[in-house]
Amino acid sequence: MQAWLDSLIARGAFGPHPSPDLIYGAAIAIACALVLFLVAVPFASIVTWVERRVWARIQSRIGPNRVGPNGFLQWLADGFKHICKEDVVPAEADAPLFRLAPYLVVLAFILPWAVMPFASSLILADLNIGILYITAVPALTVIGILMAGWASNNKWSLIGGIRSAAQIISYEIPAGLAIFPVVLMTGTLSMQGIIRAQGWAPDRWFLFANPFCFVAAVILFISGLAENNRTPFDLPEAESELVAGFATEYSSMRYLFFFMAEWGNMFIAAAIVVTLFLGGWQFPAIVQSPRLMNLLQLATFMLKCLFLVFVSMWIRGTLPRVRIDQMMSLCWKYFVPISFINLLGTAVWVAIFPDGNRFTQWLMLSFGVAVVLLFLARVVAFTRRARMELYFHPTI
Amino acid sequence: MPLWLFAFFAIIAVVSALGVILQRHPVHCLLALALALLDIGALFIGLGAEALGFLQIIIYVGAIMVLFLFVIWLLNLQREGLATERIGLKVIGTLAAAALGAELCALLVHAGPAPAAPLPVDYGSLRSLARLLFANYLVAFEVTSALLLAAMVGAIGLARRIPGTNAVAAPPSDVADRLRSAAG
Repeated sequence: MQAWLDSLIARGAFGPHPSPDLIYGAAIAIACALVLFLVAVPFASIVTWVERRVWARIQSRIGPNRVGPNGFLQWLADGFKHICKEDVVPAEADAPLFRLAPYLVVLAFILPWAVMPFASSLILADLNIGILYITAVPALTVIGILMAGWASNNKWSLIGGIRSAAQIISYEIPAGLAIFPVVLMTGTLSMQGIIRAQGWAPDRWFLFANPFCFVAAVILFISGLAENNRTPFDLPEAESELVAGFATEYSSMRYLFFFMAEWGNMFIAAAIVVTLFLGGWQFPAIVQSPRLMNLLQLATFMLKCLFLVFVSMWIRGTLPRVRIDQMMSLCWKYFVPISFINLLGTAVWVAIFPDGNRFTQWLMLSFGVAVVLLFLARVVAFTRRARMELYFHPTI
Repeated sequence: MPLWLFAFFAIIAVVSALGVILQRHPVHCLLALALALLDIGALFIGLGAEALGFLQIIIYVGAIMVLFLFVIWLLNLQREGLATERIGLKVIGTLAAAALGAELCALLVHAGPAPAAPLPVDYGSLRSLARLLFANYLVAFEVTSALLLAAMVGAIGLARRIPGTNAVAAPPSDVADRLRSAAG
């Protein structure tokens, strides 16, 4: 790559006085952006297939199973179908804004990948304010969604756009406040710095560091669901009332862009929770080779994220949609005050125990294990009472 | 920040600021304003004040612009017609703009070259920003928060619904009366 760039510079492709450092930097940046794009887009698309299979299982259906093994290639077929469709711009729409809006939403979905800490050395840019950068990005989503809703010149689109924007800017507040307990404890905003402050074992995760952090993690996860318009907060796209919300007038690739961004954002919300509270890529140092270690860390990070993505699919399959006033009162009357209490509580905690408290960590961990065990016991008791047959299907 | 990058962002800032005042539709003006604010955030980041730049994007682009959009929709502002304001307003506006322009020109003429002293190590970090806000300018910061809180309480008081009914506690005409009596 460098030789190729050198030959280009020698032939005068970048003008008479090129600065090689700038050109190398730009080439590396473009290459990284391409790689991230080529990972992020198929990833978000494959998640759609997983979600449809999981959802079908929950509803006692089969789900897509025709294209490829177990329907795995369904995402390719869907993408192809959307590309082949006509790209309709309504006659009364504001055409330039209507066309621009989906790109803003997709841009906002791609940007956070730049600071995703996949492993100890697998991160594109370890900004010293990485988590602030991730909180700034939804601003673009809001503008894109409002633009889409308004430019469509359609009542359903406009109502959907307004609902969605109100929802995102409301839930940004508890989400932002839920991040700060961790920032208080680590004193850094860098994603890698936050992960390095945790350990591979669950008792060293910030989820169990103190009771306030546990609550903050739950609030952050639920706010993530709400910010991405996921069930039970999918009012902007409430099919029964608003057709498809801000995406009503869209067709073809532009429609697909909105949904790709939604599924991709699900992963990003999960990754934020994993980074802040679930130990990120931390893995016990059992091998010497740094390359193998990075691979193991990547696998750890992805598994944790995918588990949270699965939980959000699970919630989508089992919970009904809330009403808009319930959603707003949940945010403003419960989450925001609780987040403030959390922030104050963590500040006091850090002042009392600057290095953490082992006893509380173990107590919180056993509390977490107890919750999981209780849940499993309930599932077993319920299936017994309902005389259901439990069977496991390895290929979703 | 190299000069060409600064020039690129500066040109976008000027063009989008012109878009705010030259376009007819309020929503288009507002989107141009959002672009201008985003661009100024990018300029902050490029000049080393990363925390300030991202806070600018989060607060202005993410929250305040959206509230502006809501207000425009609430008031149902449509495409502006041709200007019909009174001539006095135009004269005052021109004079004020000319005074501001003259001030800017004077500042540009008198401003010396930027000081060459190296920036402090934590320049632009969240820590230095927080020190400014919560130590050096604490009183101003607290007074501003109290002002905003008062405005918020007032807005809630005006828009509050009487319990059990669907009526607003203070209908718009009532609000106007109260404002008038408070002013006189």
